[in-house]
Amino acid sequence: MLSFENVGMRYGVGPEVLRDISFKLAPGSFHFLTGSSGAGKTTLLKLMYLALRPTRGLVHVFDQDVSITPRTELPELRQKIGVVFQDFRLINHLTAVENVALPLRVGGARQSEIDSHVRELLSWVGLGERLDARPSTLSGGQQQRVAIARAVINRPKLLLADEPTGNVDDRIAVRLMYLFEELNKTGTTVVIATHNNALVEKFGHPVLRLDDGELTIRRKSDARGPM
Amino acid sequence: MIFKRHSDLPFERDQSTRFLPWIVALMVFLGVLMFAAALVVSDAVDTWDSTLTGRMTVQIPERVANPENTRSLAGLLQATAGVEDVRIVPDGEARALLIPWLGKEIVASGLPVPALIDIKIAPGARIDPVLLRARLAETVPDITVDDHRNWLSALITLARTAEILAFAILALIASAAIIAVIFTTRSGLAVHSAIIELLHQMGARDTYIASQFQLQALMLALRGGIAGALSATIVLLIFGWIGQGIEAAFLPKLSLSPLGWLALLLVPAGAVLIAMLTARMTVLRALARMP
Ligand SMILES: Nc1ncnc2c1ncn2[C@@H]1O[C@H](COP(=O)(O)OP(=O)(O)OP(=O)(O)O)[C@@H](O)[C@H]1O
Ligand SMILES: [Mg+2]
Repeated sequence: MLSFENVGMRYGVGPEVLRDISFKLAPGSFHFLTGSSGAGKTTLLKLMYLALRPTRGLVHVFDQDVSITPRTELPELRQKIGVVFQDFRLINHLTAVENVALPLRVGGARQSEIDSHVRELLSWVGLGERLDARPSTLSGGQQQRVAIARAVINRPKLLLADEPTGNVDDRIAVRLMYLFEELNKTGTTVVIATHNNALVEKFGHPVLRLDDGELTIRRKSDARGPM
Repeated sequence: MIFKRHSDLPFERDQSTRFLPWIVALMVFLGVLMFAAALVVSDAVDTWDSTLTGRMTVQIPERVANPENTRSLAGLLQATAGVEDVRIVPDGEARALLIPWLGKEIVASGLPVPALIDIKIAPGARIDPVLLRARLAETVPDITVDDHRNWLSALITLARTAEILAFAILALIASAAIIAVIFTTRSGLAVHSAIIELLHQMGARDTYIASQFQLQALMLALRGGIAGALSATIVLLIFGWIGQGIEAAFLPKLSLSPLGWLALLLVPAGAVLIAMLTARMTVLRALARMP
């Protein structure tokens, strides 16, 4: 599904942000991604969602070598990837419903199929009352939930979420985690970057941990190890 | 539905799209006037062409002009192969032709006027005016035969040149419009780059993004095109109204046929089409250069 081999990444002429990253994610797996601020979590996710290409090493996404994938084939790959950005990236002049509907429209779905589906999902994440609100009039946590709804609306094969529960209380965080687990049960591979150790403990999925640009993997069995 | 939902890109917020309708309006206005002028001239030339070819005029200088001479010449002409019809121009009519140049008083005051015989040549037949003159001169010397060629061909050359000029100006106007659309589109791409990046991240193809710009260009150009075409129509109607008062015997009527009016619609339609295609191409080319 997804594999990194000796991947190194630097921005411009800066230092290597990621060094010798090697791992594989099996289809249908569920991982947390942790590490202190500035450790490179967002950078690693960007490599996964094809916003960046590695400066060295090999990245395969859906068994495609991203360094040699032609530009014209990227849309097809990207349509199968749902992303929750750390900074949400909602479109300000569109309503919550229109924002969430975007991936469906981009994928060519018909308006009639889109509407009810979108409203249902937004209600599920607790925004049934704010369907037609502009993002700027929503609270940080509400915006985050719109961003999450947008990432999962078209049931992506790969879901990458960057701090998706950073702005919500624990009760909603758990509810959102259930949403990700539901999606995971239907076959979606999930990676969630988070600082929330309680959540990692509670759900007990294996952890990719970044320290100073290097990656270590903790399996489920020793998930409750020292931390 | 399409009118209800918002475009993915907030075009209504960028400055650059504000002036595009004005530019298109101005260009369509000029374009319609230019095109109308070209149509009128080309129509007029066709009219001159068809009324004057196939005709010749025999002039008998007034010194030798008398009814007898005129009649014998007419008889000769009638018998000439290729001549379909011969008409002796009545003296009054010949004088009337001079009024626009010389004024009523002079013409009426017994000014000597040559006698004229109009000849209509059978379709397909050719008569050499020099040979004809030589033959007729045996009967009445000093006559001239005019086939209007010199006058007509100079006029046609002039008119055709004016026509080419009009279309060249039309082409220049179109190029200026294309440049304006390219700039507006490029600035739109820059202003909305964050949203475009987001759409790409969701797997939008370049054509999806191009369609949004194309639709936007359609709306802006349509607004400008309608405004420009309407103002040009008003100007043309005023021109036509003023032109009604001018009666000139030697000029064919300068006016637009119903088909001509319809053809003028090509200008705003063309402007809208050009704007859409230009926006689309500009976006596709710019995006293809992205990594
Ligand atoms: N576009 C960029 N240009 C240059 N350096 C960058 C860029 N983006 C990130 N970096 C640097 O790369 C390193 C890793 O950043 P990254 O955003 O991946 O960290 P992170 O683990 O997501 O942090 P956080 O938990 O705060 O979100 C940081 O030192 C950061 O300063
Ligand atoms: Mg980050």
